[in-house]
Amino acid sequence: MSGWKKHLPGLAGALFSIAIFLGFWLFISYGNRFWFKWFNPILLPTPMEVLQAGVNSYRSGDLQRDIWASLSRVFQGFALASVAGVFLGVAVGTWKPLERLVEPMVEMLRPIPPLAFLPMMVLWFGIGELSKIAFITYAAFFPIFTTTLEGIKYVDPLLIRAASSLGASRMDMFRHVVLPAALPAIITGLRLGFGLSFFVIVAAEFIAADSGLGYLINDARTFFLVSQMLMGAAVIGIIGFFVNVGLRALEGRLLRWRVSVRA
Amino acid sequence: MDIATSLDAAPDLAMRPTKISIRGVGKVFGDNVALEKVDLDLPENSFTCLLGPSGCGKSTLLNMIAGFLKPSSGQILVDGKEVTAPGADRGVVFQEYALFPWRTALDNVCFGPMLKGKSKSEQRAIAMKHLATVGLAGHEQKYPGNLSGGMKQRVAIARALANDPSVLLMDEPFGALDAQTREVLQEEMLRIWEQDRKTVVFVTHSISEAIFLADRIVVMGTRPGCVKEVVDPQLSHPRERTDADFIALERHLKHLVRAEVQKLGVH
Repeated sequence: MSGWKKHLPGLAGALFSIAIFLGFWLFISYGNRFWFKWFNPILLPTPMEVLQAGVNSYRSGDLQRDIWASLSRVFQGFALASVAGVFLGVAVGTWKPLERLVEPMVEMLRPIPPLAFLPMMVLWFGIGELSKIAFITYAAFFPIFTTTLEGIKYVDPLLIRAASSLGASRMDMFRHVVLPAALPAIITGLRLGFGLSFFVIVAAEFIAADSGLGYLINDARTFFLVSQMLMGAAVIGIIGFFVNVGLRALEGRLLRWRVSVRA
Repeated sequence: MDIATSLDAAPDLAMRPTKISIRGVGKVFGDNVALEKVDLDLPENSFTCLLGPSGCGKSTLLNMIAGFLKPSSGQILVDGKEVTAPGADRGVVFQEYALFPWRTALDNVCFGPMLKGKSKSEQRAIAMKHLATVGLAGHEQKYPGNLSGGMKQRVAIARALANDPSVLLMDEPFGALDAQTREVLQEEMLRIWEQDRKTVVFVTHSISEAIFLADRIVVMGTRPGCVKEVVDPQLSHPRERTDADFIALERHLKHLVRAEVQKLGVH
């Protein structure tokens, strides 16, 4: 079997699971409104109302603007974090003295939730784009750095021996053994980092922004537009889903040898 | 003892120049003496088996010839030059195959030629040839994850041969394989060795494997690891496991090895 046919059962299952969720939502929102009247219906809009909020926001152009604002921040921050995390992770993983210097610092900073630094970031970098990008970079850096470092450090020593007995120099070893062996870990780190970027951008946009999906939700809160709040959350979910599908496809392509093991 | 003397020192083996010279080599790990004062000369193009129970230091000795470990005392010379580091002149085949999982069978075999700076087409030609030698033509594009244990070890042997080393070091290469695959690979190993004469050092704890393959068997003892006896079987190839000479030598070696196992206090 090839292509979409192979994924069909999985796709059908996913659609079924989403349908059940929507059905449940529909039941609670309409049921509450017309029959059991447990709580004020304004607190839980129906799926149709949320969709309508999305359409309205799209017509006014706000939705596109906010999606684009959040995405461009995420991509910039994530790109910076990737470069810094992979580069430093490789450097620290290959050079012992640097590891002794850097690792305690990272281990001390890492347990602090990045959100704790958000007010500081706003103080340092202002309420413009820079503070959000810096914040995402900071948050996404840690998973990328630590997984890259682990990947580089724990290359199978037997592969190092095999390559050295085939005549590999230090440079050959790095390029042809250490890097490819660490690639799965690096890609995992990038995926975690991307997830975290999305996670923190919304919080950053709650605090100080005049655009973005976090702003959209927070703005809706100010005016008590519950369907718009839920719409913002749904859009984030949908974007996250598609980005993850894309990253998994990329991973499958880069790590073909690993996929073939599972098959 | 009578068997050993009758098989001692094959004349043609003694006349060949020395390829690997092990002089007073000892190895200590912390307080643990792994190997004590080993002196051995291995002739060019010989097939030597290091035979002994686990803990006799046979793999340690092999790793020192490969250059992965440094002797604590004494020195190892290959072609008269002291071994200080691993090198392309000494190919190694590991029990756990040690293939690069992200490279196809073909690209694994290309690794040595690639490091030597050969062109892509040359690498490919060399690799195809050696994969064919080990009977893997048609499996070039498979990843190690899709190969059986026996096939992986064939790729590993091809990878070592493609580098054209003068010494081939094999560390219990068939130890993880089932009995049938193991015997097939032993036969193929002899065929390859006869085609492409290299100096082979082969670590094993299987007595019959050693007798089947080697023209020199170094029986090693334990506590501390040392050379107990060197036997040069003069049986003609192909060797039959059911021949009287084969069985007699097997009995003799079993006796020697068992004494060493008993010294360890485990059975």
